[in-house]
Formats: sequence, structure tokens, C-alpha cells
Amino acid sequence: MAAPENNAKSVRKDCTGCCTRLADFGVKLGDAQILSGINLHSHCGELTAIIGPNGGGKTTLFRAMLGEVPHAGELLFTHADGAKAFGVPRIGYVPQKLELDRTSPISVLDLFAAAISRRPLWLGRGLRIRNEARKALSMAEAEQLLENKLAHLSCGQLQRVLLALALVPMPDILLLDEPVAGVDRAGIAMFYRTVSRLRRDYDISILLISHDLSEVALVADRIVFLNHTILANGMPQEVLSSACVREAFGMDAFLAAKEAPVPRTEDRTNHHLAAILHVSGEACKCGKKHGGNAE
Amino acid sequence: MSYWYELLNQLPLDFLQFDFMKNALLSVILVTPLFALLGCMVINNQLTFFSDAIGHSALTGIAIGTLCGLTDPLWAMALFACVLTLVVCLLRQYSSASTDTIVGLVMAFAVALGVVILSRGGGFIKYSRYLIGDILTITPGEIFRLCVLLALVLLLWLTLYNQLFLASMNRSLARSRGINVWPVELVFSMAVALTVTLSIQWVGLLVINSMLILPAAAARNMARNAVQYTWFAVLFGLLSGLAGLVSSYYWDTAAGATIVLYAMACYLVSLILRRS
Repeated sequence: MAAPENNAKSVRKDCTGCCTRLADFGVKLGDAQILSGINLHSHCGELTAIIGPNGGGKTTLFRAMLGEVPHAGELLFTHADGAKAFGVPRIGYVPQKLELDRTSPISVLDLFAAAISRRPLWLGRGLRIRNEARKALSMAEAEQLLENKLAHLSCGQLQRVLLALALVPMPDILLLDEPVAGVDRAGIAMFYRTVSRLRRDYDISILLISHDLSEVALVADRIVFLNHTILANGMPQEVLSSACVREAFGMDAFLAAKEAPVPRTEDRTNHHLAAILHVSGEACKCGKKHGGNAE
Repeated sequence: MSYWYELLNQLPLDFLQFDFMKNALLSVILVTPLFALLGCMVINNQLTFFSDAIGHSALTGIAIGTLCGLTDPLWAMALFACVLTLVVCLLRQYSSASTDTIVGLVMAFAVALGVVILSRGGGFIKYSRYLIGDILTITPGEIFRLCVLLALVLLLWLTLYNQLFLASMNRSLARSRGINVWPVELVFSMAVALTVTLSIQWVGLLVINSMLILPAAAARNMARNAVQYTWFAVLFGLLSGLAGLVSSYYWDTAAGATIVLYAMACYLVSLILRRS
């Protein structure tokens, strides 16, 4: 586990209740209005899950937040009362996948060196980078993967490496784009264990795109249902049982919403996720424990 | 250059008795590492088809050059390659079609245009030297041009390599680390286009892409990390370049194609030795 002194916060020295706001956010690509009227508010230490149909603009929202595609509206990073702005937040991003083929000669260390160091990678990677990479990897239980080729990692291992990479330097906002799609159960548990620890120790505000409603019901403090605009936004049970979500996700969502009243984890065969729930419940600093009943 | 000639005169190698072989040797030593470096990144970026297209559309550059009445169509070629690169990069950024489709379209157009212009009045045959290439005719002035090119690519590799590397893996990830992906990719594509264009009359249009890709592909089979990848590619490039040049002297064959055969041999050996 990383020591707190490792914590290189970019904008705020000490978190006294900061929040990330999207105000009237919109994205237009060509003639297509992909996103419009997005107003979103996420406290630090809070995990907001974004669900919605494919092509509904979830990934585009992230790309716009990263500045990769132009957007309307504003991304604000302010004090909780909205009075004081902290400046430009540092955004960490964990992509869905990397462009890798089987022969790709790129090791985990290469990835870190290219991202952190100014020295061109082909001239070798210094000891300092190696140590820094190892420290970051240890935050995601992945330090033993340092010398492995990326192409030889399992999905779960690769996602933990990418998560670790997103943590140097420590971001204010962490964007996770379907981070555990295709990862096995144990891998998912490991991933969310790290995420929960991050929330607890560093007060990062986390946005998570996911298609797995049961997983989302367990880990999220808030769920946003996005299809070109925000159709539902609130506590997990609220959103998962809302008519539009049930319709969009069909019967699955209906069942998930019925079963998901989250504390009943004993019903679930998967005790890993129950463990996560425990940790993340603890980690939630904004007083919005998702185990409680929705108003 | 005279130092270089002096140096080579010390060597007891009979193929080096001619100045044109000395020039060719120097240019091979310059060109093959240059190609290997760029080739690594071309493969990382899945741009092998793009570099091939640039090679083919050099024909169009020549055609435009001759239309404008230039005796040395080099600058017309370079300019055309840059324009083409810009078009491809813009389409790649703003169009929803896949890169391969875009490159295929642009290349088909460029090559057709080039062949139509050059074949007017049945004069195509005099341009066939660009198809095969002849490194033995290279002059010291042209070698100097290659030196400048190598220096520029090295400068690019010293400043932008890491950014290019990340962008080739995931553009959003690169963006999240503050990299302006599009300009970086454009600069790289321009470097590839210029290198291919400036070398085409020595290497030959038909095989130039293989010379770019093969050393890097062989290195991919051997390397365990990105550092080894680069240096293996340079090593394979140099080895096949030297072996190819010497063999072409004794066999009286086209140097570019002979070099590519050696590079292919490197690739096959690497495939066999491949560490899992």
C-alpha cells in the first residue's frame, strides 16, 4: 500500500470537499449531436457509474473530458460550495483496451517509462523510473508484472497495470472506461479492491463506465443513465429501478434492480464482490453509503 | 568524403576499389538504421499500408515534377508526399472511415494520376529506374542530404519518441497524459513520407516498404521490450544492408532488392529463434 507522502495532488493540497462538475456539457461530432445538456456533479471520493446503451455517448463523454474531442459547456473542479475553483484538474484515464498484437515488444516498464520519463524510451530506462513504476504498480497489486510484456498479461492484469499508470501522478478525477469487461471474477474483485482503496486514501472522484448492472449496483455511490443526455441520475436502487433503465436493459435490468438492494449480498454466489462492497462502503466519505435505502 | 575514401582504402576488400561502391556503402550505413527506426514506429502505429502508399505515390510526385518542367523531380516528390500525408492525417482525424480505407483510396487515386501523366506518349519506360532503384549512382551531395534526414529523424526520436509511443497504444490514454496526439502523429507521418520519398531512387519503389518493415518485424520476434526492439531493428537493418550491398556487387543484381532478401532472411531466422 502506498504511503500517503506519495500522494502528489495536483490542484488541491488537502481535500476539504471538492467536487467535479460538468455544466451544460455537450459534444457535437460532424452533424451528429452525441451529447447535450449534461449536468453532472460528483464529489471527491465518490464513485459515479455511467450506464447506458452502446452508442449513447459514454466513451465520447470521457474523450471530451480529456480534451480529445471538442465540447460545449464546462468541466469545473471546485470547492463543494462552488465558491472556490481549484483550477484545472488532473485526469487519470484507464482505457478499455490497448492496440497490441501478440508480438508487441512492449513491457510494463516500457509503458511507465514512456509515460513518466522525458528520456526517450529507446535510450533505456533509468533506475528512478523503475522504482517509480514499481511503487505505482504496488498500489494496484501488480508490482510482480514490471518486466512482463503487455501482450502476455491477462485482461485483469493489464487493467491493473493501466490503473496503476493512471495513478502517477495521482489524479483528481479518475475515468474508468469499462475497466473490467472480459476480466474474470477474481480479477474484477482485485481491481475494485484497488479502486476502493484509492477512494478511501486519496479522495479521488471516480467515473466508471460499465455494462454490468449488478457490479455497478455494488460499487457505485451514484448511477447515471446516459443516452445522449442524462435520463436518470441518483442512488443505485433508484436509477436501476427507474422505468427508462428497465426498458433500456430489458429483463436483466429489472431483475438486477429487484435483487440489487445491495446489502443482500449473501444471495450472491460471489463473495469477492461482497468484500468489495464492504470496503467501498467504508470508503465513502460523502455520507452517502449506498447500502442505505433510497429516499 | 575524402576521409571516408581514405578510411576504406585501408581495407583489403576488392569491391571497395571503386568510388561508387564507397558512396553506396556510406549511404547504406545511413539509410538502413534510419529505415529501421521509422519501421519500428510504423508497425507500432499500424501504418505499414500508409508507408507503402507513400512509396507508390512518389510516381505521382515525379509526374507532377516533370509537368512543371523540373529536371530533378525530388522536391516535387517531397512536396507531394507531404500534401498526401496531410490529407491522410486529416481524413483519419475527421472521417469515420478506417485508416486502411482512407489510405487505399488516396493511394489508388495518386498512383492512377501518376501513371496517366507519365505514360502520356508512351514515355513511362524512362521512369522505370524509380521502380527498381540504383544505389550505385548516388553522389556525395545526395549522401549529405541523407545525413541531414537522418539527423532530423534522430532529433524527432529524441524529442517525440515517448509521445508517439503512447499515442500508438491508445490515443485517449496519450491525451490523458497531456499529449497532443494529432500534431505528433502528423510530424511522424511526414518524417516517414519524406524518408521514403528521398530514398526511393536508391532503393526502388517496389521494395522500399519491405526495407522499412522487415527489420522491425524481425526485431519484434526477438525483443522482450521496447529498448531491445529499437536496437535489434537497427542491427538487422545494418546487417542486411551491408550483406545485400556486397552480394549485389558480386552477383550483379539490384542492391535494394538484394538487401530486402537479406532482411527477409533475418526475419525468417528470428521467427525460428522466437522466444515465447
